[in-house]
Parts: sequence; structure tokens; C-alpha cells
Amino acid sequence: MTMLKTLAPYEFKSSDALENYKGKQLLYVNWERHRMFSRPFVLALPPETPFAVILEQMAECFSYHPDWSQIDWNTVVWQNGNTPFTPDRNKSLKENGIGHKDLIRFRTPGLDGIAGTGY
Amino acid sequence: MDMKAAKKLGLKERYSLMTRDLAWDTTYQKMEDVFPQTTYEGIKIHDWDKWEDPFRLTMDAYWKYQSEKERKLYAILDGFNQNNGHLSVTDARYINVLKLFLGSTPPLELMAARGFSMMGRQMNGAGPRVACQMQAVDEYRHFQTQIHSISNYNKYYNGMDEFAHQQSRMWYLSDGKSFFDDAITAGPFEFMVAIGFAFEYVLTNILFVPFISGAAYNGDMAAMTVGFSAQSDEARHMTLGLECIKFMLEQDPDNLPIVQRWIDKWTWRGTRKLASVGMMMDYMLPKRIMSFKEAWEMYVEENGGALFKDLARYGITIPKCFGQTIEEKEHVTHQSWIGFYMKPDATPFHTWIPSPDEMDWLSEKYPNTFDKYYRPVLEYLDAQEKAGNRYNNKTQPMNCQVCVSTMKFNEPGDPMEMCFRESVYKGEKFHTCSDHCKEIFDNEPEKYIQTFISSHQALQGNCEPDGVDVNASDYKPGSQMLDYWKLDKRATGDFNGSDDQKNFAAWREQATKN
Repeated sequence: MTMLKTLAPYEFKSSDALENYKGKQLLYVNWERHRMFSRPFVLALPPETPFAVILEQMAECFSYHPDWSQIDWNTVVWQNGNTPFTPDRNKSLKENGIGHKDLIRFRTPGLDGIAGTGY
Repeated sequence: MDMKAAKKLGLKERYSLMTRDLAWDTTYQKMEDVFPQTTYEGIKIHDWDKWEDPFRLTMDAYWKYQSEKERKLYAILDGFNQNNGHLSVTDARYINVLKLFLGSTPPLELMAARGFSMMGRQMNGAGPRVACQMQAVDEYRHFQTQIHSISNYNKYYNGMDEFAHQQSRMWYLSDGKSFFDDAITAGPFEFMVAIGFAFEYVLTNILFVPFISGAAYNGDMAAMTVGFSAQSDEARHMTLGLECIKFMLEQDPDNLPIVQRWIDKWTWRGTRKLASVGMMMDYMLPKRIMSFKEAWEMYVEENGGALFKDLARYGITIPKCFGQTIEEKEHVTHQSWIGFYMKPDATPFHTWIPSPDEMDWLSEKYPNTFDKYYRPVLEYLDAQEKAGNRYNNKTQPMNCQVCVSTMKFNEPGDPMEMCFRESVYKGEKFHTCSDHCKEIFDNEPEKYIQTFISSHQALQGNCEPDGVDVNASDYKPGSQMLDYWKLDKRATGDFNGSDDQKNFAAWREQATKN
């Protein structure tokens, strides 16, 4: 339900509609309890992109953090938004069920940032 | 020969003649056709004559007071400039405060001038119409005087000359732009609550009193004079906003839920906008006057709390977000500064790690949080910088769809967790930074789906300087954003080693030696 009151019909397109990305889709990525990065990063990629590419992008951004090299990838807990999921690195975003503007969150148990600050 | 002069008019009579008496009712057009905006939001006004102007200020008196203030202001600015006042500030780091202020505040004052000019046309009572016109002139004056006071610094320091170009383009200025775009595209009564009330009360109190006192503490007479000169106008603006709220509530009980929703919304939007002002107080003033937390307690919890008690007789309750703002006052400035520190290439001002004694000040002011959550991170980043590995995150950020802040705030109750909220509208996902931003989105999704998010626009190829072929096979989105922003590269990067740091030291040396 909307509360927006206007004098005339009010219909505008979303600034971030999927068609604005010319065959790509937006994807957000966040490393939980590692807020040094201040915010998740955003990528625009074709839905056919293998999940392995996301892992490369993650390394590029997050490897500054001393916890990065200590991650045990077998224990990493993944979420798409608030829903748990297990990505297949060899399958595409689409095959992994990742849609436009999904937020991939991953937790690394036992690693809680610099001096346990969550940063 | 005796002169028989007519008795001078009293204040009330003058006000009546020079405001209400200038208005008329239309005859060959319907009043509702001439003033269509005053009804569509659902606000019911039965008698515009019940509007009480708290100042009963007439134009002739207004010009007189304001011109007097203006002469004093420009005399002090001239004196400051002629005496090389820019060298009398505590430290060249201070000048970065002015760069941030210049990008974020004068353009918003200009938007306020536009907004109040529109309200002066749309309000169909003569009292509020004249008051809005005078506020529009004040806002225009603030826009001009702020730019004039900083222009002296622009002659000597980098990064100040493209603020007008950057205002509608740069990522970190989007929160203020969105605040005013939201307000100015609302109806006239919502605009009055947004700007006349939330912005003037929640924001300008903290911006123009403790922050501007900080300018005085740091030797910046120019900014101090502008701030104090503006604050006497702001007092009038706050009273106008409050009067408008009381007027709506007194006119019809049906107005209460509408006004309450606006108060909830705009108090939160103002709070988010204030995070960067707080960061200036806690991190960017070399000589600190009070912490953001202390300012929040004094100006929002105590003063604002008293105000809401006053409004309680109309049925208004404390804004829903109040509890969360009390929790967040411990965190937002630290989270914001780390956020800016991580993007040294992408702002026209410098950032730095606070010195050990500054960290001790922060520990003292934030005993519950600073040493536990933020000091270890700042010390780590400092050690990395000293080892030649200065932090520089080159990725594009995720932003809140409503306040347009980067998603950097914590989950209420857990400072270690990031807060995310999600809505779906017409099959598309939209992310917000908090329950309050989510609620704002869910109430009016049609409006916020249009939000300008710098990183998204870059990825669409909309943030390139002229001449870039976004259809070329080797085109990389956002690769030339710095040129699109017209960012002066000398103004970017860490403060340590910057031109501003070196020049300030050299000029000060010249000013004190033969």
C-alpha cells in the first residue's frame, strides 16, 4: 500500500531496472563481521558469469584484511539475502539462483575482524 | 508651529497592513484551482487566518535587520582575508572541514531557497506565504555568504572549486541531494515538516552551534561569523516550522496521523544526514569543542525531547527512531570516518588517522565503544599506512535506497553486525540501511525507486566525461569517474604528504620569520 499523494498519475521507472544494465545484473557482496570495508561492494555482471569470478573479485577487495588468508573455505556459511545457500563455484550466477540486486553474504566462523571488533 | 504627526502604527497593525492586507481572494478563478497543492496531501485547513506568525516580522523591518547583519559579516570577512586569516587556523587538517562543508551545505541552502519560494506561492494563507518568502531570502543569503566566506581559502587550497558541479554527481553528496529532492517533490505541508521542522531543528542546531563553535575554536573567524549570523535566521526558521506543525494540528484532528508520519520520517532522514556533521566534530576539527555524542544529548535528546513534550498535548508522540538514534550516537561518527578514510581517491578532501592523543580524547568521550570497536581498527590502519600499505578500497559501494548513505551502519543491538533490510516492489529488490529507511521506502516506493545511486549509475555507463564511448568493446564502467566528477587529484589522498599540508607549513613559516 502506498501513501504517496500526488496531483496527477505518478508512474516512473526504477532507475535500476534490470534492462538498464544491458544484459548484466547487479550483485552485492558482503563479508560479515568484517566492516573494515565499510560497506558491501557492487558489481554488474552477466547472469552467465561463473561464481568463481565472484570469488576472484572478493579476493581483490578483501585480501587487504589479515583474516582473509586464514579463511577455511570449508566452514564458510553463505547467505543470499537472509536465505542460507551453498554456491557452486563452477556454476553461473543464474544456476546458483542469484538474481538482479541480490546480496551475497558470507560468514567466516572464528574470524571476527581486527582484535575481535567485527572490523 | 506644532507638527501634528499621526500616531505611529503598532507592531500588530503594521504586520496586518503589510502581510494579511496584501492578500486577496480570487474572483474569476476558484481558490482551489489557484492553490491546488494545499489540499492533495490530505491536510485539512479550515481557517488560514488562525495562522499566528511567531515573529510578526514585516518586510521593511526584515530588510533593516538583515542589512545590518550583512554589513557586520562582510566587515569581519574582509578583515579576516586581509590578515591572511587562513594561516591562523589550528592546523591545515581543519581546512578539510570547510571542503566537506562547502560541498554539502551551500547547495542545500540553495535548494531550501527554491523550496521556500515554491511554498510562498503555494500556501494559500497570507501569513505563512510572507513568512516563507522571507525564509527563502534567508536561505539564499546563507548559500551566498557560506560560499563567500570559504572563497578566501579557495585561493590557497585544493579541491574547493567544483563543489557546484559535484553536488549532483558525487557519491558522498548524494545523501543531502536526496534529502532535499525528497522534500521539494513532496507537498507543501510535508516540505514544511521536512525542512521547516526536521532540517532546521535536528540539523541546523548541531551544524551551526557546536560545529561552528568548533570553527571558532580552530581560529576560523570567517566560518564562525557566517555560522553565527546564519543561526539567528535559523532560530526564526525553526519557529516557522514549529508554528506550521501546531497550525496543522490545531486545524483538524484528521491531520494528526499525517503529521506524525512526517515527523517520524524526517527526524530519521535528518539523523542520517547528521552522521557526516558528527564526523567533522569528532575527527576533523583539530581542536575539539564537544563530542557528537554530547551534542546529540544536548540538542536532540534534551532540547528535542522538550519539544516533543510540548507537542504531546496535540497527540504527537516521540519519533519512532529516537531509541535507535540514542544507540547510534556512540557509533556513527567512527563508522563514517572509517568509511571516508577507505576512499582516499574519491573525495576532494583529505582523510587521516587520528593522532594518539586524539584517540585518547575519543576514548574519554566514548568510553562504551571507542576502545572496544574502533581504536584497534584505527591503530591497525595507521600501522599499515606507516608500512607503506595505505588502505584504498577501489570497489563501488552498496547504498541505501532511501537515505543513499553507503551501507555502513550496524544492526541495532549488535555493533559487530551490518544492518540490511530488503523490500520488493514490482518484482525488483530494494535495499535499505535500517528499519526506518525501509518503512519510508515501503510507504512511498514509487518515489524512491528513482533514487540516484552513484555506483549504480556508474555501472550503467552514466558517469563518464564527455567523449567516452560507453559502447566500445574495451569500455570499463566507472573507469573515468574522477574526471566525470572534475575531481582535483591534488585534493585527494591522505592528508600526510598533501600539498595543503606542505603549503600551510611553508606559508606559516614565511608569516612568522624574516
